Amino acid sequence: MRPRWRAHPVLCLRAERVSAMETGFVEIRNLHKHFGEVRAVDGVDLSIKEGELLVLLGPSGCGKTTLMRMIAGLEVPTAGQILIGGEEVDEDVPPRARGVAMVFQSYALYPHKTAYDNIAFPLQAAGMAPAAIRGRVQGAAKRFSIGHLLGRRPRQLSGGERQRVALSRAVVRDPKVFLFDEPLSNLDAQLRAIARYELKELQRELGTTTVYVTHDQVEAMGLGDRIAVMNQGKVRQVGTPQHVYDHPADTFVATFLGSPPMNLLEQDAHTILGFRPESFVPRQDIPAGTDAAVFQFKVRQVEYLGADRLIYGAVDTPHRAGQTVIADLPVTITTPVAEGRAYEFAVPRRALRHFDAATGLARDRGAA
Amino acid sequence: MRPRRLVRYAKRVVLYLVALAFTAFAVFPFYWMLLTAFKANRDLYVGGTVLTHVPWIFNAPPTLEHIELLFRQTLYLTWVRNTIWIGLVVVAITLVLAVPAGYALARLTGRWGERLGIGVFLTYLVPPTLLFLPFSRMIAWLGLQNSQWALVLVYPTFTVPFCTWLMMGFFRSIPRDIEEQAMIDGYSRFTVIRKVVLPLGISGVLTATIFAFTLVLQDFVYALTFISAVPRMTVSLGVPVALVRGDVFYWGSLMAACLITSIPIAVVYNLFIDRFIQGLTAGAVKG
Repeated sequence: MRPRWRAHPVLCLRAERVSAMETGFVEIRNLHKHFGEVRAVDGVDLSIKEGELLVLLGPSGCGKTTLMRMIAGLEVPTAGQILIGGEEVDEDVPPRARGVAMVFQSYALYPHKTAYDNIAFPLQAAGMAPAAIRGRVQGAAKRFSIGHLLGRRPRQLSGGERQRVALSRAVVRDPKVFLFDEPLSNLDAQLRAIARYELKELQRELGTTTVYVTHDQVEAMGLGDRIAVMNQGKVRQVGTPQHVYDHPADTFVATFLGSPPMNLLEQDAHTILGFRPESFVPRQDIPAGTDAAVFQFKVRQVEYLGADRLIYGAVDTPHRAGQTVIADLPVTITTPVAEGRAYEFAVPRRALRHFDAATGLARDRGAA
Repeated sequence: MRPRRLVRYAKRVVLYLVALAFTAFAVFPFYWMLLTAFKANRDLYVGGTVLTHVPWIFNAPPTLEHIELLFRQTLYLTWVRNTIWIGLVVVAITLVLAVPAGYALARLTGRWGERLGIGVFLTYLVPPTLLFLPFSRMIAWLGLQNSQWALVLVYPTFTVPFCTWLMMGFFRSIPRDIEEQAMIDGYSRFTVIRKVVLPLGISGVLTATIFAFTLVLQDFVYALTFISAVPRMTVSLGVPVALVRGDVFYWGSLMAACLITSIPIAVVYNLFIDRFIQGLTAGAVKG
């Protein structure tokens, strides 16, 4: 893993120890899940560190939920290994023996049980004494301020309240790993932002290793200590939100993250040039002396979104003319831009990314 | 504003008229049974030539003589008792077989589950009027002629497929998430079935119980085939055997028997089923 250290004679021993410590709390090795011809998960290697919140991000059908279900033990892998806390969990280790807690997108509350009994259910499975259960359930309910709802059944609860009951049930038994399958997607937009904040705070406070599945990049960027971007059953890139955003490993990641997505230009037959819409600004708004690439930007349409302006237009490269590009100008840039006219726009060279035209892979990887 | 209101009003009226028509259709047989069961014979047997006679009201004071005949001169209560015990045993056998089978077909067998389910249901579609021939050979071979155990053995051949199919539908309507959640929460699949699936599927189990019992109550062909001793008969066989003598129909007593037998069933259907089927699962998933 760390060739530079390994090459160093003095640090060699230490490197061994560090790498042992840095082995993930949840280790996924060459994991496959095939449904007939479909490779839902197609050779995933992933190391989830103890206490971190890792987001599995990808479009629907990319295999992220299948991957999570295999960690939970709800699906049997076609091939590969999963380790939780250093112990391999294969098909002989059923979900109940894995020490994981999961929150489903649907919340999966038991409709015939009250909120109290829902939260108490996993504790009863563990054979805890009723008095101890009472204390734990009330503690969890207090944390999520649902103490007054414990007597109600799921159908008498609002969406937000159900979500809190589901979270209480997950938290109440101190699991080794949290698995969250889009737990916020059934909440309305306002509630979602608050819930996201609370979820992150909760995870930090408990320090429980967490895997969080979502297709929402805002959620992923906001929540994740690290993000694993998946597509077609493979992990395309793993890294901190900032790293994945700034240094996408390929054109898929580049366009999946960011709204609007990264602009991609065919520079020549072998190279695709990428830059973020917010890096693409009128030339005069770039500080003098900045090394920048300049383009003639033919503006077609301007959208005023309050905090920023989205400018749609086209640029030419020697390779291909009229390639669509979007610029995202913050409200602080006041340079007038009119539809139907051409302007000199520029991108600082350090914001330029280069991808291989054939494979889509980034040329300038690294710079972590 | 005005015409739209009028249209809405008209729609209401039409809706209620249709509902009323269906209600009348459903209630009429019961009304006719009630009427006939208590009508004096001279009111009952009036030729169609007497144009002044109105058949759907009491023209003479009601009488209890038909009820008396049914209870005093036939073994009606014995048949009811026979039907109840045979029905209960058949229901027990049916539930023991159909509930696990329905669950398995709904959850465990994947693509084959559907085909097997259809296969199971097809066997239900083979009518007793065909099956009683081979069955009578088998019952004779088992030495169960003229024994109620013959019915206990044969009735599950149609109650089990029907109820399996029924349970399959009920179990399918329970979201998989909930079971998986319970398995993650620390339970084995069997415990999940006991603690989550069955409580949620209780409406299905009750429905299956009632349907199985009703199917038993309805059967005539098998009872006729296998039972010849009057004291061992079920209601659906004993009543016509005892109350249709040659070409003499004891209409009053026949109707009284039908009415008394069907009222409990009708009540159970109308009160209980509705209540149990109402969304127990509602609110489990999403908002």
